[in-house]
Amino acid sequence: MLFPGKYTYTCNTAEEIKPHLLEDLDPLFAKNVKEGDLIFAGKNFGCGSSREQPVLGLKAVGIVAVVAGSFARIFYRSSINQGLLLIECPEAVKAYKQGDKVWLDVEKGTISIGSSTFSFPKLPKEILAIRDAGGLLPYTREKLRQKKKSQ
Amino acid sequence: MTFAEKILAKYAGEKKVKPGQIVTIQPDHLLMHDNAAPIISKIQPELKEYGIYSKDLPVIVLDHVIPAAAEKNALQHKQIREFVKAFKIKHFFDVGYGVCHQIIIEKGLALPGTLLLGSDSHTSSYGAVGAFSSGIDRTEAAALLLTGETWLKVPQSIKITLKGHLQHWVSAKDVILSIIGDVSAAGADYCSVEFHGNVSQFSVEERFTMANMGVEMGAKNAVFPVDAVTKQYLSSIGISQSKYQSINPDADATYEQELTYTLTTIGPVVAVPHGVDKVKPIKEVEGIDIQQCLLGTCTNGRLSDLKIAAKILKGKKVHQNVRLLVLPASRKIYLDALEEGYIRTFIEAGGTVLPPGCGPCLGAHQGVLAPGERCLSTSNRNFKGRMGCNEADIYLASPATVALSAVFGKITDPRKVVRK
Repeated sequence: MLFPGKYTYTCNTAEEIKPHLLEDLDPLFAKNVKEGDLIFAGKNFGCGSSREQPVLGLKAVGIVAVVAGSFARIFYRSSINQGLLLIECPEAVKAYKQGDKVWLDVEKGTISIGSSTFSFPKLPKEILAIRDAGGLLPYTREKLRQKKKSQ
Repeated sequence: MTFAEKILAKYAGEKKVKPGQIVTIQPDHLLMHDNAAPIISKIQPELKEYGIYSKDLPVIVLDHVIPAAAEKNALQHKQIREFVKAFKIKHFFDVGYGVCHQIIIEKGLALPGTLLLGSDSHTSSYGAVGAFSSGIDRTEAAALLLTGETWLKVPQSIKITLKGHLQHWVSAKDVILSIIGDVSAAGADYCSVEFHGNVSQFSVEERFTMANMGVEMGAKNAVFPVDAVTKQYLSSIGISQSKYQSINPDADATYEQELTYTLTTIGPVVAVPHGVDKVKPIKEVEGIDIQQCLLGTCTNGRLSDLKIAAKILKGKKVHQNVRLLVLPASRKIYLDALEEGYIRTFIEAGGTVLPPGCGPCLGAHQGVLAPGERCLSTSNRNFKGRMGCNEADIYLASPATVALSAVFGKITDPRKVVRK
């Protein structure tokens, strides 16, 4: 589990979430993770409830992107809403070994590990607009401001 | 077009849509539960400046930690009640009404051909009555409260055809667990799942169980066709056919995948720790000791579920090593079960009846497990730590399996009731 359900209604801020992030899987995760780290994961990453604490937590500890074979749907959507980058690229997950240096080019849709480069599908423009605004809430605020202005 | 394509085209105001296409839609309702508190706290300044999009859009049901287990929950409930009052929210169900998904169906808030989004993953349940419904996160729920609209990607669809007939003591739960075990927890990721074939044998209650668990194979939504069974159910809750326009898939729709299951060959199954797709025939797990049984929840807490369990437990005692917790999905079901004598049966057997809500299923309160314990549950998830303890094991099964197992104190094949 990315984030234990027992904390669902007691931990809501990034600071409260951080220490419990992935604790059932790797109790040392919160201690060892560094700003700028990437997570490489298998299939159906983020499966389960609609809680967004895992996404908030991953962003708060400085994860720049999660690269996985596939993602669970609500987690994928949630990440777009929070501006966390998710990359579906099973080939890259297969090629990656712990400690490898990774280079990510979001514009081109490529990820390089050592001498190999893999491409992943570019995000649709509607989704990029939300990411560029810094997440769904800033995007919504801007939309509401524009609407009010035009009235 | 498939069901998902047809309904999303309708809501997007387009004649035709294709999988992969992104459409902007306005849902009929937005479901929130106890998480309405963190949702509204995200948008306090915006709520003050712009207000909410519509007081008819949100449906708020307090169900997750009820009655409040701690001051923090009580405060969140209080914040929600204040919000409901301040913005004159039309559809609010306070502590005690039941689990949100059951309430949505019972109150006729999900109808054939309608579109609902909810900040809970099991929002997929309303496909039981031919609605398109899907889970979203809190941030998106917050944005929807303000704007009333969001984007959806038109999903690929998977057609699941059910052939033959269910065997005695085998239930809809065994069918959906068998399917999830077959396709895996990621088998329907991003997809719309349609149930076809011999579905008229499944009541709306049973369809609910299957649509509810659609999300456990990764589905965006899971839906049954609207037929005589649906219409009869809706009329029983006072909704006439003139109140809705059903949408059924075209016969020549294109599916990403087509699967067929023969119900006659499906027997009782159990999902073992710690994955819903780790499904085994019951004979492989029979005899495993259990310390707690959970009967109920939004997956299997309806009258027909309680009926079959009561039939098994009538005149019997729950094993001395087992705590049997009964969690009706709603107050209405609780009352009906009282009337039918099921509640008396459970209590006389040594069970504990909990208020209609979610508590133990997510490990919030009322039935948290201890390290080393095993629970056999009719709920929908058995992830590690789900019931509040990391070192406990959760097994998922049908109400019949859970009821008979509670008597023997170990996982037991429900067909033993008739074999004797």
